[in-house]
Amino acid sequence: MQTTVSPSRRQFLAGSAAAGLVIAFHLPGAGRAKAAADATFVPNAFLRIAPDSTVTVISKHIEFGQGPYTGLATILADEIDADWSQIRVESAPADVERYANLKFGAQGTGGSTAMANSWDQLRTAGAEARARLVAAAAEMWNVAPDTISIEKGIVKSASGKQATCGELAERAQAVTLKADPKPKDPSQWRLIGKGVSRVDTVPKTNGTAEFTIDIKLPNMATCLIARPDRFGAKVKDFDASETLAVPGVIEAFAVPQGVAVLANGFWAAKKGRDALKITWDDAGTEARSSNELIGRFKEIAKEPGTVARSEGDVAAGFAQAKTIIEATYTFPYLAHAPMEPEDCVIRRTDDGGAELLFGSQLQTVDHNVAAAVLGLDLSKVKIKTMLAGGSFGRRATPTGDMAAEAASVLKAAKHDGPIKIIWTREDDIKGGRYRPIMVHHVKAGLDGDGNIVAWDQVIVGQSFIKGTPWEQNLMKDGVDHTMVEGASSLPYAIPNLRVSAHIVEVGVPTLWWRSVGSTHTAYATEAFLDQLAEAAGTEPLAIRRKLLAKEPRYLAVLNRAAEAAKWGEPVPEGKARGLAVHKSFGSYVAHVVDVSVGEDGLPKVERVVCAADCGIAINPDVIRAQLEGGMGYGLSAALYGAIDLENGRIPQANFDDYRVLRINEMPDIEVHIVESDEKPTGIGEPGVPTIAPAVANAWAKLTGQRLFALPFSRAMGKA
Amino acid sequence: MTKLTVNGNAVEFDGDQSMPLLWFLRDEQGLTGTKFGCGVAQCGACTVHVDGEPRRSCVTPIGALDGAEVTTIEGSTGDVTAAVQAAWVALEVPQCGYCQSGQIMSAIGLLSQIPKPTDEEIDQAMTGNICRCCTYHRIRAAVHDAARRMEG
Repeated sequence: MQTTVSPSRRQFLAGSAAAGLVIAFHLPGAGRAKAAADATFVPNAFLRIAPDSTVTVISKHIEFGQGPYTGLATILADEIDADWSQIRVESAPADVERYANLKFGAQGTGGSTAMANSWDQLRTAGAEARARLVAAAAEMWNVAPDTISIEKGIVKSASGKQATCGELAERAQAVTLKADPKPKDPSQWRLIGKGVSRVDTVPKTNGTAEFTIDIKLPNMATCLIARPDRFGAKVKDFDASETLAVPGVIEAFAVPQGVAVLANGFWAAKKGRDALKITWDDAGTEARSSNELIGRFKEIAKEPGTVARSEGDVAAGFAQAKTIIEATYTFPYLAHAPMEPEDCVIRRTDDGGAELLFGSQLQTVDHNVAAAVLGLDLSKVKIKTMLAGGSFGRRATPTGDMAAEAASVLKAAKHDGPIKIIWTREDDIKGGRYRPIMVHHVKAGLDGDGNIVAWDQVIVGQSFIKGTPWEQNLMKDGVDHTMVEGASSLPYAIPNLRVSAHIVEVGVPTLWWRSVGSTHTAYATEAFLDQLAEAAGTEPLAIRRKLLAKEPRYLAVLNRAAEAAKWGEPVPEGKARGLAVHKSFGSYVAHVVDVSVGEDGLPKVERVVCAADCGIAINPDVIRAQLEGGMGYGLSAALYGAIDLENGRIPQANFDDYRVLRINEMPDIEVHIVESDEKPTGIGEPGVPTIAPAVANAWAKLTGQRLFALPFSRAMGKA
Repeated sequence: MTKLTVNGNAVEFDGDQSMPLLWFLRDEQGLTGTKFGCGVAQCGACTVHVDGEPRRSCVTPIGALDGAEVTTIEGSTGDVTAAVQAAWVALEVPQCGYCQSGQIMSAIGLLSQIPKPTDEEIDQAMTGNICRCCTYHRIRAAVHDAARRMEG
C-alpha cells in the first residue's frame, strides 16, 4: 500500500518544510460568521473563548503522554493571561491547511517537534487573541488600549472597570486589528517556565480518559484481523465456517492485511478469529533470520558506504596514527509495544463519507490514505484524533497503515454500523514496524599524544524512509538522515572524520522508534569514545571536555550532570560510574550513572543523574517526566529489548518473551534542566539515547567487559 | 448464568461463561476504565479487585465469579482510593495514562494490606504492572505519598 499523496501535496510537503513556514491560520469566512453567531470568540484556528469564559485550545498534536496538550495550552494561556482553570483542550481535525506541523509541511507529530514548531505560531495566535480582547474592552469602556491589562482571565482598565473574557467574546470577534500583535516579553510570562498542572492528569487517574479502545457507539462491531506470520504474505483461501458458528460473530472476509472477523464484542471476535482456517501465499516474503542478516551487515560494514559527512582526509589521518582501534556494534529489531495496542474506530457518515477515530499521529498521511482506499474525496473523510496509550513512533507510519487497514475493513464489510478494530498484543509484537537491525563499524586512529586524528564510521541497516513520501525531506544524496543522525552530527573536534551508510533491503517493515537514529548512533559513538579515552590514557569526562571545547551547550549539560553526580569522587565499593552525552532533536542530554552487578549478573543501575538543555523550558515538570520516562524506555531496550527474525517469522509474542522494564528495575533518577533562552526544542525523545552507553561505560569500568551488542542480556548470554 | 456484583450493583450474565471478566466489564457493562494490554496476565493494565483483592481480569473467566464482588476503577471509593488518586494527581504520575487504572488498583490493593510499604514492598506489589512510559519513579513516590495522606 503506497501513500497516495497528490503532486500538489508532495510539493507542499517538500516546499513548506524548506521555506519560511508561514501559513495562514485564520478561519475561512463561514467559520467566523458561525462562531460570531453564538457569541464565541474564535480569533484563529487554535483557540475559542466561549461566553462562559472557557478557553478551548485546539491541539494539532496528538497527546500520547508526552504532554503537548498541556504545553500548547501553556503557551496560549500565558499569552492571553488566562487563568489555568479556564483552559480546555481538544484535538484538531485533519486539516493540513490549518494544522500542518511547520517542521514537516504535513499535519503530524514526531521528531519531538510539537513545542518547537508551535512556539512562534501559538505565541502569535495568543497575542492576536489578547490584542482583540483588549481592543474590545477599550471600545466598550471608551478608554485607551494601553490602560488595559488582563490578569488571570479578567480584563481590567486603569480606571477600575473589569470584564471577563467571556463577556468580551462577542465584541472581540468583531474587532479588526490595525497592527500585528506582538507576543509578550519573557519577563511578562506567568505560566511558561513556572509549571502548571497537566490538563489530562485527573481523567487519567479515575478511568474516565477516553482512548480509541474505549469508544462506544450504537450498533458498533468489534473487528480482529488474522494476519500472516510472514510479512506481506497474502490470503490464498480461507474457511470461516467454524468462525461463523461462534455466537456473536457477524461476518468474516478477506482484506489486504489478512482475514477480518466482525463480532459483537472482543471475545466473540477473538474466538471467531481463532477458529479461522487460512492458507497463506508467502511467495517472495522475507525468509531469512536475524543472525544471517547481522552476519551479512557486518560484511557490508567493512567497506565505506554513501558518505553522510566528511571532514579533512581520513586516509591521511590514519597514516599519521600510532594506534588504531576498531569496534563493531550490533543492534536488534525492537518493537515499540505501546500499552494500548493499535486500534481504530471507523464509520460511514450521513453525507456518504467516512470518519476515523483513532490515535492518528500523521493525520495528513492517514487522511489521504483512507480517502484513497475508500475512493472518497478528502473533504468527505474526517479524522478525530483520540488520546493514545503511548506510541514511541509506532502510530506514525509513512504509509498510513492503520488508516489503510480500517478503510479496507469498512469498504469490504456488510455490517453497516461503526467498526472498532483492535490489535491484540500478539498482533503488535509480531506485526512488524520495528526499529531496524543496525550494524556500526567504527575505526579511529590516535597519535602519539593520544589525540584522535581519524574517525571512520560505517552504518549498515534498513531504511524506512526510502521509497516513501518522506524521502524528499529526509533523504539527501542517497543518505537516509534517520540512519545516520547522531553520528553524522558528531560534535567532537576530530580533524579527519567520515561517516557513511549502506542501505540494505530486507522484507521486514521497520519504523522510527523513540529517538530514531540516536537509538544506535549514540551508543556506538559514546561507547567507542570511552574505549578511545582508555587507549589514550585519559578518562571519559576529560576527553569529552577537551573535544567539546567549542560546543558550550554540550559542555553545559555534561558538566552539570558530572557535578551533580560528583564525578571524580570515589565510588562506593562494588559500583562504577559512567557517562554519555548526546544531542537529538535539537536538545542536549547527559547521563551519569552508577552501576553494580545485579543478582542476575546483568548491570544493575543504582542511580541516574540527567542534565538536559531543551531551550526555554515551557513546562519544567513535563520535561522532567519525559527525561525520567525516556531514560526508562532506553534502559528497557538496553537491558532486554530484542525481536528476532527466524526464517522470516517472529518468535516473540507478548510481554513474557519481549521483556520490558518493570518497576523493580527502575533506578532513582535526578533531573537537572539547564536554563536557556533559546527557542524550545524536543524533549519527548532526547532522554532515550544516552542511558545505554552510560550504563555500558560504567559496566566496562566495573568489570573490564565492553559490550558490543544490545541488549546487554544477550551480549552477556543471560537471556 | 453467573450472578455477581460490579461496583455494588447486582448483575447477571448468561452468555459465554469463558469470556474474561475484562471483556464482560468493557463490552457488556460499558466500564472501559479497565484496560486491555496483553490478555495473558503479564502487564496488569486490566487489574480490578475481586472480593477486595487485586486480580488480572483478562484471564479471569466470568463463569468463575458467581457470587463475587468486583470493583473497578470507576467504582473504587474510600480513604485509600482517595489518598492514592490524590497522590497520583499531586505527583503528576500519568503520561499516556493507559496503564494507570491498573497501577492505581494495584496500589490500592497494596496500601489496603500494608499501609506504610517500603520501596521493596512497593516494587514487589507493583512489579506485575507494566508502564511503557516508565512512570515507575513517580509511582513509587506516589505510593509513599498516599501512605502519608492515609496517616494524616
